[in-house]
Amino acid sequence: MSGEDRDSFARLVWAEWTKLRSVRAWLITLIAAAVTMTVFSVLSAAGERRNCDPAGCPAVVVGPGGEAVADSYELVGRPLTGNGTITVELTSLTGLLPPPGHSFGQPVPPAEPLSAGHPGVEPWAKAGLIITASTRQGAPYAAVMLAADHGVRFQDDYTGDIAGPDDTVAPGSPLWLRLTRAGDAVTAYVLAGRSGWTRIGAADLSGLPATAEAGLFVTSPQDSQMTDHPFVTSGADGPSLATATFAHLTVHGAGTDGDGLSGLTGRTIGGPNGDYPALTGSYTSSGDGSYRVSGSGDIAPEVGGVEGSGVTIDDTLGGWFFALIAVIALGAVSATAEYRRGLIRTTLAATPRRGRVLAAKAVVIGVSTFALTLPAAAISLIVGKRVLLANHNLVYPVGTLTEARVVVGTAGLLAGAAVFALALGVILRRSSGAITIGVVAIVLPVLLFQALPAGAADWVLRVTPTAAVSVQQTLPVYPQVAVDYSPTAGYFPLAPWAGFAVLCAYTAAALAVAAVLLRRRDA
Amino acid sequence: MSAPDVVVAGLRKRFGATRALDGMSFTVRPGAVTGFVGPNGAGKSTTLRVVLGLDRPDEGEALVSGRPYRSLRRPLRHVGALLDAGALEPGRTARNHLLWLARCQGIAARRVDEVIALVGLSAVARRRAGGYSLGMRQRVGIAAALLGDPPVLLLDEPFNGMDPDGIIWTRTLLRSLAAEGRAVLVSSHLMGELEGMAGRVVVVGRGRVIADAAVADLLATLAGDRTVLRTAAPERAARVLGEAGGTVVRTGPDTLSVSGLPSERIIPVLTGSQVDFSELSAQRVSLEDVYLHLTRGQVEYEAEAPAGSTGTTEAAR
Repeated sequence: MSGEDRDSFARLVWAEWTKLRSVRAWLITLIAAAVTMTVFSVLSAAGERRNCDPAGCPAVVVGPGGEAVADSYELVGRPLTGNGTITVELTSLTGLLPPPGHSFGQPVPPAEPLSAGHPGVEPWAKAGLIITASTRQGAPYAAVMLAADHGVRFQDDYTGDIAGPDDTVAPGSPLWLRLTRAGDAVTAYVLAGRSGWTRIGAADLSGLPATAEAGLFVTSPQDSQMTDHPFVTSGADGPSLATATFAHLTVHGAGTDGDGLSGLTGRTIGGPNGDYPALTGSYTSSGDGSYRVSGSGDIAPEVGGVEGSGVTIDDTLGGWFFALIAVIALGAVSATAEYRRGLIRTTLAATPRRGRVLAAKAVVIGVSTFALTLPAAAISLIVGKRVLLANHNLVYPVGTLTEARVVVGTAGLLAGAAVFALALGVILRRSSGAITIGVVAIVLPVLLFQALPAGAADWVLRVTPTAAVSVQQTLPVYPQVAVDYSPTAGYFPLAPWAGFAVLCAYTAAALAVAAVLLRRRDA
Repeated sequence: MSAPDVVVAGLRKRFGATRALDGMSFTVRPGAVTGFVGPNGAGKSTTLRVVLGLDRPDEGEALVSGRPYRSLRRPLRHVGALLDAGALEPGRTARNHLLWLARCQGIAARRVDEVIALVGLSAVARRRAGGYSLGMRQRVGIAAALLGDPPVLLLDEPFNGMDPDGIIWTRTLLRSLAAEGRAVLVSSHLMGELEGMAGRVVVVGRGRVIADAAVADLLATLAGDRTVLRTAAPERAARVLGEAGGTVVRTGPDTLSVSGLPSERIIPVLTGSQVDFSELSAQRVSLEDVYLHLTRGQVEYEAEAPAGSTGTTEAAR
């Protein structure tokens, strides 16, 4: 582009901006979209309230990486100073699942003991060895375990997860596990048949104190059985319990003697479950050196959605939907109004290079929408977060960069939708058609994905421009945590910027068609 | 004669089955107002849209200052056009309308206020255009055409909806713009609006040019002046006027139409022969007459002529 061309495009953008700002109704629509977005966002955040007992709400547990974590398990361990090795034979893993028939959102009543549940092991129930910096929740750790249906695994610091052999335990077929500490490094091994100890993985736990806690652990996460029907998701949801038996436990290190089992104590990390006293962990040690340990909970990152106990940052942006409808209408009308009045001839006579007219219009409507909804999103998030916290909600902490991405992405999504509608307006030349198609393409899928079964919802959020809502996802999907990662729970099928790219692709395609038609058609 | 500012050469264009332009060719020269007249549907507006690069012709081309309009980078500095006075966003003020036009041409906002003052809209320019009368909209359109101080002006039906004051003002303005050396093309379906203003007329019908001539020449193409004479002795009057060289047609029991003799000569002939007459009126050929004469049969939508309304046409024969 030559200097003169650049200047003339800048003039064109200025002219289109003059057009937009000089129609009061349009300017009011844009400002109202931003204000409504902010108000509804804060109001919907204010509707989130967590009721806690008078002692106060428990604070969010944060892991070493800054993310919210679950950290509840039964520990049978002892302090281990310096380098050392802990080895055990896992001989069985059984459990209890919540009684069937409890509807979604209504966990097992405390009065009903879990023993009334039915036998079964939660697929992600875990039993094995752990070396943890401390018994404080959220402490750095490394653990090697059998996960009931997911084989041998090495996990560290809540988010780290390395799969080992896909073994299991059965009578007469025990599983040998080993953890060694050397400095900050913790390495996991499994005894695999005749080939001896096999290394699964290692983790560098920087800041592991000289004296860490080492021992056996058992835990078993919330069990949920989800069923998707059109317009409703139902399911049973409740805590579960796992019980493991161990034998031949040895702890070797500085200051240990013999099997190193002196000072071995049982503790329920995360404390007893207030709602479900029956799930309080326990352990028994029989004289033959075997241990029977029961535990409930999880050592894993917290996840959002209905199973999660907290709310995500994007819950502070509920009002974006109102802005979406307004900016689609504005984008379409800013183009079709010129056709309706014959003004398009004045515009194209003043600038015969029609593609540039379209580009200038797109820049103006896109930047204006972005510039007004960006502060709206930022204010919504900042105020909404305060409101959420004031109502004792557990807000999953996310990094500043992630918050910025949600805010910028939401404004970008609205700007993209406005430009898409503008292109539709140029293509169709009638506001009724352009707004209808814009709404069907972008607004309707928002309603659809909340109504459709998860599989169909995923497809809606892959192939429609609405895929861009993925910019609002803040919590990552963890394969090692089995929950409902559906769009309604705040988990989208595409990565944030990939979803945004889908909208951009639609917008670019619509602009290309609009440019061709604008050039080819008589004005 | 200077080089033409607008050249329209052999334009043909169809809209479906309708042949809108059928070999339209003419030129617009600087320093004069050129009338562009023809019945509704004759292709005037289509021609102007083609000149402005809005519609693409099937054949032929239109050049402005020797270049296709679409190649102009700041076209409003070359050509000012008023196509449709209704083409205003009702929610936008006249000033803002002119302002965005100025912005895209790199014209200063000061010029916007100048043209607003020039067309006499200073009092209302900051009001929303939705409340403007058609006459005010025409003035906004003329202001927009003048914005870039262009050497060429193309105005489509600028007199529509104007009150008599507005029409007189517009004529004066267009004459003075032409006197400054600009090429001014004014289209109209009413020839009378151009009388006394246009030095040239391009008469079109059914998509092509019927006549393209100086107004004076056009008037001369029709037979000379006619005089209507009312007398109690029509036979005698016809005889003496015939002897004097006039052509006399009896148009009623006591009326004669005389041509070939200027009325200044009729009076001495009649008085010299002592023929009494009660009324003598000179009937000048108007541009309207020429236009109607030329466009007979070219009218796209012609109604069945009601009885008694053909007088003017008859007189033009």
